[in-house]
Amino acid sequence: MKRLLEWQIATVTSIKVETSEVKTLTLALPKWMPHRPGQHYDVRLTAEDGYSAQRSYSVASEPERTGEIDLTVERIGDGEVSPYLDDTVVVGDRFEVRGPIGGYFVWDSSVGGSLLLVAGGSGVVPLMAMLRHRAATGVKDPAHLLYSARTYDQVIYRQELEMLARKNGFAVSYTLTRSQPAGWTGYARRIDDAMLSEVSAPLGRTALAYVCGPTALVEVAADGLERIGLSADRIRTERFGPSGP
Amino acid sequence: MGWLGLRFGSLADRFVTRGFVGRREPAASGQAGRIPPGQHVVRDFPVLSAGPTPRTPLTSWSFRIEGLVKEPASWGWADFLKLPAQDFVKDISCVTKWTKLDTRWRGVSVDILLEQVELDRRAGFVTAFSDGGYTTNVPLPELINGQAFVAYEYDGKPLAPEHGGPARLVVPHLYFWKSAKWIRGLRFMERDEPGFWESLGYNNHGDPWKEERYTGD
Repeated sequence: MKRLLEWQIATVTSIKVETSEVKTLTLALPKWMPHRPGQHYDVRLTAEDGYSAQRSYSVASEPERTGEIDLTVERIGDGEVSPYLDDTVVVGDRFEVRGPIGGYFVWDSSVGGSLLLVAGGSGVVPLMAMLRHRAATGVKDPAHLLYSARTYDQVIYRQELEMLARKNGFAVSYTLTRSQPAGWTGYARRIDDAMLSEVSAPLGRTALAYVCGPTALVEVAADGLERIGLSADRIRTERFGPSGP
Repeated sequence: MGWLGLRFGSLADRFVTRGFVGRREPAASGQAGRIPPGQHVVRDFPVLSAGPTPRTPLTSWSFRIEGLVKEPASWGWADFLKLPAQDFVKDISCVTKWTKLDTRWRGVSVDILLEQVELDRRAGFVTAFSDGGYTTNVPLPELINGQAFVAYEYDGKPLAPEHGGPARLVVPHLYFWKSAKWIRGLRFMERDEPGFWESLGYNNHGDPWKEERYTGD
């Protein structure tokens, strides 16, 4: 039976260094189709002897950008696919992908209402697709991103987030859990209920929440959001385990 | 970039990726034949779920068999633990590409549960339903004859909430989303009814050896 989601050969058209461990690859797709922000693609790499490996990566770009997608890839030290994508791939390289995939951890402008996004580390990637789409479509309902990173330098998309935060009711709060730059006025601890209360207060109890990051952060944040009054069916989670992407 | 190293390899439909070698399991490990296509072995136990982890107290937990049965059956936690239990050692594969070998469980075989009810002969499909509203569907023939169990211990300890405790379904021969966490019962039906992920782009059946990951695979 023919697959609905066919493998296609993506061409790397640009590579952007985001942080010391993170790069964004822009891929031109011959059979591009619009994704829903939050969806992912599968990447398949094949060695000369036929051995192949697959991983999933969230799309970082908005569907308004046609013909190409951005995949933001964090290098996992003992990983198999991410070191290849971050260290070996150069512009012009090609590899197989298929997608877009996933129908629950998705948000688009038709949803409406206020939006609470909680990210840990590279868990910000699918949320960035939502924020870029939100900006591209001119949504005015309030949105807040709470973003936990170890250090200021490990914040992905920092400049763009700060630019987005000046318009259309979007605000961003950082918490830096390992070290903070001099004069840091943001949060400097792991996510807790008090922090979730503060960032979600302006959004009300009916906000739709998307939480993405390592399992420990997702557990704390999703449980915390329930404790501070969001209903469980308004909290959507996606996790990056140690063995994840 | 005079040489792009891009060419079609010896496998007719496989596109060889320039410079990719991969990290394969040593042949001597004896694992090669146990890893479905596109999967890689992990040693930790990743957690995936669509929403917050439900935490139902054991005092209000129950497990129910309903649908096409003569009389529905239901057990509280203490009674469920009295059902004959077995140890299972199984390889499991998640659609997110990880495979974990030799996972050790304790629980009650679906065969044992079905001995407690009289099943209508029209029953052909099963929906497993869970705390938090999660559902997943499995054809009845794939749940019986030792193929599936309701587990409440993992690696000798009570099953942790993030892994589906107090009890989860385990159907090791299908992708692990079929192994419903926080299970509260099985509903027997004449017709197949797609569950949560099966309605959101994932395959209705989910056989890892056929790479039935997504709709239409």
